[in-house]
Amino acid sequence: MAVRVQREDFDIAAEVARLTAGRTDIGAIVTFTGRVRADAGQLAAMTLEHYPGMTEAELNRIEAEAQARWPLQASLVVHRVGELAPGDNIVLVVTASAHRQAAFEAAGFLMDYLKTRAPFWKKETSASGESTWVEARQGDENAARRWS
Amino acid sequence: MSEIGPRNMKLLYFAWVREKVGRSAEEIVLPDGVATVADVVGWLKTRGPQFDEAFARPELIRAAVDKVHVKPAASIAGAHEIAFFPPVTGG
Repeated sequence: MAVRVQREDFDIAAEVARLTAGRTDIGAIVTFTGRVRADAGQLAAMTLEHYPGMTEAELNRIEAEAQARWPLQASLVVHRVGELAPGDNIVLVVTASAHRQAAFEAAGFLMDYLKTRAPFWKKETSASGESTWVEARQGDENAARRWS
Repeated sequence: MSEIGPRNMKLLYFAWVREKVGRSAEEIVLPDGVATVADVVGWLKTRGPQFDEAFARPELIRAAVDKVHVKPAASIAGAHEIAFFPPVTGG
């Protein structure tokens, strides 16, 4: 059970291997990876800002909530900050449980709550050099509400 | 129950709130009568045009007291750190 905020990239296979090493009770592993998407090639760069200290605290609260709701045997949230380019990884969520349903549901819950609660902010720079802060989406708010 | 003496507090700003107010953090002394997060916003708006502009639409501002999300009506009694930021956009 862990959360990490880091500038460097992550290796999905290595993270899963570390999380499940020596475990024979895990029957299902779900991984979600979020990446920087360049819609119609307009995005040149993305900068992720966060609130050090609160980010980790909030991710820990979200992970604890997931553990309280589902029988998880292991979980991991890794979120990158700093300068990212199209195609770069942003976030990794791994959930492990005895059976698939808990792992699938908990991974969805972690992402929905992360997107509406963890203090990260994205700033996009277009190919023409203009920078704009990404606005929060109502759809993310609605997705998070389905768990309450 | 009223507190005695000045209340020193750290304020933090993130994303476009940080850019609009022109700083990421500051130590301040809150005047008497400032009891809630909304009161702090109201007081901040009196501190100059950049604050007035940053907090012009309070519905776009979110706040955390000591690293926990709070509503505008939340009390700031005993708080050490208050952060103001736009709705989050991670993930």
